[in-house]
Amino acid sequence: MATTTRARRPAHLAGVTALAVLPIGFLAVFFAWPVVAILRLGFSDGGVGTALFEVQTWQLAAFTVGQAAASTVVALLAGMPVAFLLARARVRGVGVVRTFVLVPFVLPTVVVGLAFKALWPGGGVVTIVLANAFFNVAVVARTVGGLWAHLDRRGEDAARALGASPWRAFRSVTLPALAPALASAGAVVFLFCATSFGIVLLLGGSRYRTLETEIYLRTVNLLDLSGAAALSLVQLAAVLAALGLGGLARRRRETAARLRSRAETARRPERGEWWVVGAAFAVVAALLVPIAALLLRSLSTRDGWSLDGYRALAGRGEDATLGVTGWDAALNSLRTASDATLLAMIVGVLAAVALVALRRAPGRGARGAGEVLDAALMLPIGVSAVTVGFGYLVTLGDLPWDLRTSPLLVPLAQALVIIPLIVRMVLPVLRSVDERLRQAAATLGAGPVRVWREIDLPLAARSLAAAAAFGYVVALGEFGATSFLARPDAPTLPVAIGALVGRPGELNNQMAYAACALLMVVTALVAAVIDRLRAPQAQVGEF
Amino acid sequence: MSFLRTAAVLCLTGVLAAGCTLFAGEGEDQDKAQPTVTLVTHESWAVPKEVLDAFTNQTGIRITVRKEGDAGELTNRLVLTKDNPIGDVAYGVDSTFASRALDADVFEPYTSPEGDRGPQRYSVDPQNRLSAVDVGDVCVNIDTGWFAERGIAEPESLDDLADPRYRNLLVVENPATSSPGLAFLLRTVAEYGEQGWQDYWSRLKDNGVQVVSGWTEAYTQEFSGSSGQGPKPIVVSYASSPAAEIGDDGKPRTKALLDTCYRQVEYAGVLAGTRQPDRAGKVVDFLLSQQFQATVAENMYVYPAREGVALPSGWAQAAPLPEDPAALPGERVQANRERWIKQWRGLVEG
Repeated sequence: MATTTRARRPAHLAGVTALAVLPIGFLAVFFAWPVVAILRLGFSDGGVGTALFEVQTWQLAAFTVGQAAASTVVALLAGMPVAFLLARARVRGVGVVRTFVLVPFVLPTVVVGLAFKALWPGGGVVTIVLANAFFNVAVVARTVGGLWAHLDRRGEDAARALGASPWRAFRSVTLPALAPALASAGAVVFLFCATSFGIVLLLGGSRYRTLETEIYLRTVNLLDLSGAAALSLVQLAAVLAALGLGGLARRRRETAARLRSRAETARRPERGEWWVVGAAFAVVAALLVPIAALLLRSLSTRDGWSLDGYRALAGRGEDATLGVTGWDAALNSLRTASDATLLAMIVGVLAAVALVALRRAPGRGARGAGEVLDAALMLPIGVSAVTVGFGYLVTLGDLPWDLRTSPLLVPLAQALVIIPLIVRMVLPVLRSVDERLRQAAATLGAGPVRVWREIDLPLAARSLAAAAAFGYVVALGEFGATSFLARPDAPTLPVAIGALVGRPGELNNQMAYAACALLMVVTALVAAVIDRLRAPQAQVGEF
Repeated sequence: MSFLRTAAVLCLTGVLAAGCTLFAGEGEDQDKAQPTVTLVTHESWAVPKEVLDAFTNQTGIRITVRKEGDAGELTNRLVLTKDNPIGDVAYGVDSTFASRALDADVFEPYTSPEGDRGPQRYSVDPQNRLSAVDVGDVCVNIDTGWFAERGIAEPESLDDLADPRYRNLLVVENPATSSPGLAFLLRTVAEYGEQGWQDYWSRLKDNGVQVVSGWTEAYTQEFSGSSGQGPKPIVVSYASSPAAEIGDDGKPRTKALLDTCYRQVEYAGVLAGTRQPDRAGKVVDFLLSQQFQATVAENMYVYPAREGVALPSGWAQAAPLPEDPAALPGERVQANRERWIKQWRGLVEG
């Protein structure tokens, strides 16, 4: 046995390397190269050092981290009851809630910003934190809920039988078991909030600024690339720190208990648990408020209620604001998101398979490589879309085929954003595949590809489908990179919404909000499909 | 059973995705024979398809449009890509950013035969690297109905805005993040000079000026005269905005204060390094032509640079071109923009 293992090792490593080539190549060309190129331009201007030591830089960094941390805490606090509801409570309406919580996640920041602004005219830090949390409750509810639903309930029951209060049982049994999911969700939410752009710009007025808004300002308005480079370095450092913390906590999942299906663990809530369920529904109601405000605006005109905005979706807006009709923009969104999802699935799944293989491979080197690749895959969420977008301008023109003018650039950029999410969803499931099954197959003579096809793929199929659908939803709502790269003859729905609210005229405005409603409906439909796929499964995906 | 269902859904997704992809959809090769010129412009670009088609029929040149953010962002992207330009011709660099583009040699000289029919009035470069296409003045707008209802006299000048009678009524855009915001700041510099503009802004601040990040928020959310019906009856917007706010009775609900305007001229030019400078020049000619100029007011809410082009009906009353706007020389703006914004931030945000 020992000799065969040793003989197979080089072949195994070669296989892993082959798997990792595509994801690494993709990240290198579409992420690392552009980002490094734009940073180098900044350094060649000089002055990065001075900008790095300005007090203002560190004030910005402090505010950025502070607001992101606060938003993460709020999202976690609001998401936990919802996670409980999704995972453990057998009450009516859970399915609807599960589908619904995804909706805020895809709304364009500009309309949500305007809705929050209308609800809390004062603005300020509290509104920024609430709006950031609004977007990210879904991440917490689904990530934590996903693990919670499959957690063996007997540990908790034993604690209760031994006289622990429900709160104590939760604190000492359930919470530690949930820690990896909490950490994972926390890290993702933190990244999203630390780089949140439109919300801070709209709700911060002129007073509150973050690294992200300042990088945008310096790059786009002032062309101060050295200042932007300095800020990008600080941002990168903060992101890496967050990823490191998240990674540390995630590693504890290795010892996770055996998992159960939700059907086994969900019960009708009793006594105190009703309070938690009540809190969950309160959170859902709170999420509904900005959404209702958007819907109201899509229906109201100066002269009362009207469906004009929805009818206008068949046209191109007042005075042809858009290059295409509202429906065409919706179709474009679907097309672009399909391409992005396809691309991201290929890259993401290969990356996840490579990561699993690296972890299983003997030797510290392979493990270390795995950790680095894992972190590198998450980075695109934490780096400013402006940095990447301007990087594309100065690099992609050097490729044999000038991608800067290609319609494929948008799905490429969207894929970059959703690959990390897909990896986070697929990875734990692939890791949870029982190694003994694979060994048995190998002993029976199956090669590595056949083992993957016969063992891993069927076990992970549903999670792969769910990851694809989730990636699809995120691509549908992606605004930052898309608005930067989309061509005027092919705007996606969020880009069209942004263009419509940016023009005078009542009809444009109403059409923008009607388009939001359309986006929400499409999202809800896709989310409903995800959940149909997930319902009977007994595996854990984060989200 | 459930595996079958998964398989079915996957197949369905596959079929949908196959029909829903960009990979096969682009029919780019059908027009291979036709020369294509890429026009790089800003996000406000809008022109009727018929006008573009007519140009293609006349010249055999097809125009592909790329939108690259607002005027400032467009300029910066052009500067960044000047060694390997993203297009052949650019339109939308405005007077505020023109000197940055000229300093960086983004454009090459091109004298359009149409250039002496009005655009020459706004010339910024002896080498003719930029030709003026349109004029879009930034002005303070007011909701006339709001003042009429309350029997308060309408404000008229910049000084009025600092008058306690108009306390808490004005909303402006942040000059650091918004181009109309910057234009308004420049207007105050032009009006009160290097010595006085900060003092004026202190007075505005004491008078309760509200600052928001961008035009969308200021105009559609805070302003009472737009569809958002916000709380503030005075806003910084464009001279042309009232043309979009004409009521059912045919009368404009809002009005631009013509003594508060800052002139912004938008230019077009042939990008240095293009492989088809002749065709790019033809596109500049097209942008200055009667045909195109007649569309800019209706589609982009700006005023044609060409003389003798009629404005849409209603504009004469609702949105006449300001006769006496302020403007600062491009070099002065280029040299001081950052410092002014920094001082403004210290003053208003601090």
